[in-house]
Amino acid sequence: MADTPMTAPRKASWKSSFAKWLGVAPFFLFAIFFILLPSFSLLTGSFFDADGNFTFKNIAELFTNPTIVTAYKLSIEISAVTALGGGIFGFLLAYAITIGGLPKFVRKALITFSGVASNFAGVPLAFAFVATLGRTGFVTALLDVYVFQKYFGIKLYDTGFNLYSFAGLALTYLYFQFPLMVLIMTPALDGLKREWREAAENLGATAFQYWTRVALPILLPPILGTMVLLFGNAFGAYATAYALTGGALPIITIQIGAQIRGDVLHNPNLGYAMAMGMVFIMAISLVGYSWLQKFSERWLR
Amino acid sequence: MKLKFKSLWSWIWFLIGTLYFILPLYATLDFSLRMERDTIGFKAYRVAFADPKFVETFARSNILAVITIIVSIILIVPTAYWVRLRLPQARRIVEFITLLPFVIPAIILVFGMIRVFSTPVRIPFTDIILIQPLTTLIVNKFHLGTYILIVAGYMILALPYMYRAVDTGMRTVDVRTLTEASQSLGANGFTIMWHVILPNIRASLLSGALLTYAIVVGEVVLASFLGLDTFGPYLFLLGQHRAYEPSALTFVAFLLTWAAMGIIQLVSGEQGQTAGAH
Repeated sequence: MADTPMTAPRKASWKSSFAKWLGVAPFFLFAIFFILLPSFSLLTGSFFDADGNFTFKNIAELFTNPTIVTAYKLSIEISAVTALGGGIFGFLLAYAITIGGLPKFVRKALITFSGVASNFAGVPLAFAFVATLGRTGFVTALLDVYVFQKYFGIKLYDTGFNLYSFAGLALTYLYFQFPLMVLIMTPALDGLKREWREAAENLGATAFQYWTRVALPILLPPILGTMVLLFGNAFGAYATAYALTGGALPIITIQIGAQIRGDVLHNPNLGYAMAMGMVFIMAISLVGYSWLQKFSERWLR
Repeated sequence: MKLKFKSLWSWIWFLIGTLYFILPLYATLDFSLRMERDTIGFKAYRVAFADPKFVETFARSNILAVITIIVSIILIVPTAYWVRLRLPQARRIVEFITLLPFVIPAIILVFGMIRVFSTPVRIPFTDIILIQPLTTLIVNKFHLGTYILIVAGYMILALPYMYRAVDTGMRTVDVRTLTEASQSLGANGFTIMWHVILPNIRASLLSGALLTYAIVVGEVVLASFLGLDTFGPYLFLLGQHRAYEPSALTFVAFLLTWAAMGIIQLVSGEQGQTAGAH
């Protein structure tokens, strides 16, 4: 800095500002080439027809083509169900290890396991569930012997349950969904200050009033926010579903995969529109998450 | 009495959670040990490990993971450092970019990559070719272009976790003071980066690296659509026509994830983060 010339300060500042931005140029170049360019290519592709004419037909077909509508519907359903189920169960677990008064080593073990399970996904997760709840799975056999055949005289798979179905995929997704909720909600529950409860009790509030008037209003944004995050987490999943059902359950990612492999829609541009529809829904959920995040930052952490 | 009742419910939830965690793993382990009739043994593991195809694909996945980690660090550490020290006005946009992978799932990313890089990339509205098609860039029978694409893709999948790990590390060690101290002792930029900054954020780098490893080593979407024989697609194909070996490898994959997350918690004392190719 000492040898900066005193003359022409304007030019120097322009130069140094340019040099400053040059420092992050590699990162921006990387982002432009490998994130933005591919995304924009799909975005523009979805507004053209096969002959290169501008059109809204592809976007319109997202809402009318029964295959695509079904795929979106299935994906939204499975994401919502597992976000809700995983969210509630994950919250109860986080409650158990924070306010619920379980010993410290239990808390530590559960947190560690949640870290592992929320990262355990894809093909291995699908195979693990086949070994568990598949037709000859370990838990299937246990349930058959000790519950279904003993009391009902039938087998689990006679009830209509099937791992390679909506319910099966939902159970599999839950394996990485509820641990994520545990990981995010545990610090939030730790953030509930003892003083708030004491203040409420001193003012004569019952436990019920404390929860409905104090604790839940504070916790609701992070609970909802994390559930939105879980929704996106399941919505973008491909490998787990493909490895488990082999494409039999046509969720949106499976349909896009089929389109990449060999233009099953007979219209590449419709495929791009389908992909953009997915990005749109993911973006909405991320915006929702960060919006809810703002509320919780006021009170927690 | 009231307290007891409360903790009873806590124990019940904990028990259900533990069962949900453990049962799939136990079932996989149990199945993988039963390859030989009427006896418990490690035959499935021996057979799986002895397959040359396993060795080849697993090695390739590990090499890809290491390359991804190294290139990610080279790209992200100077960027995060620069933003923190010299260019705070770029923080918002850089952080926005690091969040983009949450909006663009792997399947969409690979879709866009294939569309862009399988034809020449031109400067818009001109015929000037910026890059030749990467998917057909082959040097001495080595699909260099495809490897560039997959490493870039993996870097993107890991970007949110790597960037956050590095940035958090830099915040906790106060890079500004470190830099000023080094400068006053006459260190140049490279010395500061290599001898001062990197050693001080090594715990964060390790966390980021292990998360990246956990993402890359079993990844299947990018690899299968870009047509690379890595561990993920291999395991998937093995599952199509074998029974016991995939279970053995599934259990191994679980142990690898466990090891990666365990080390992260050990070095950072944090709760670990989550990532993964779901």
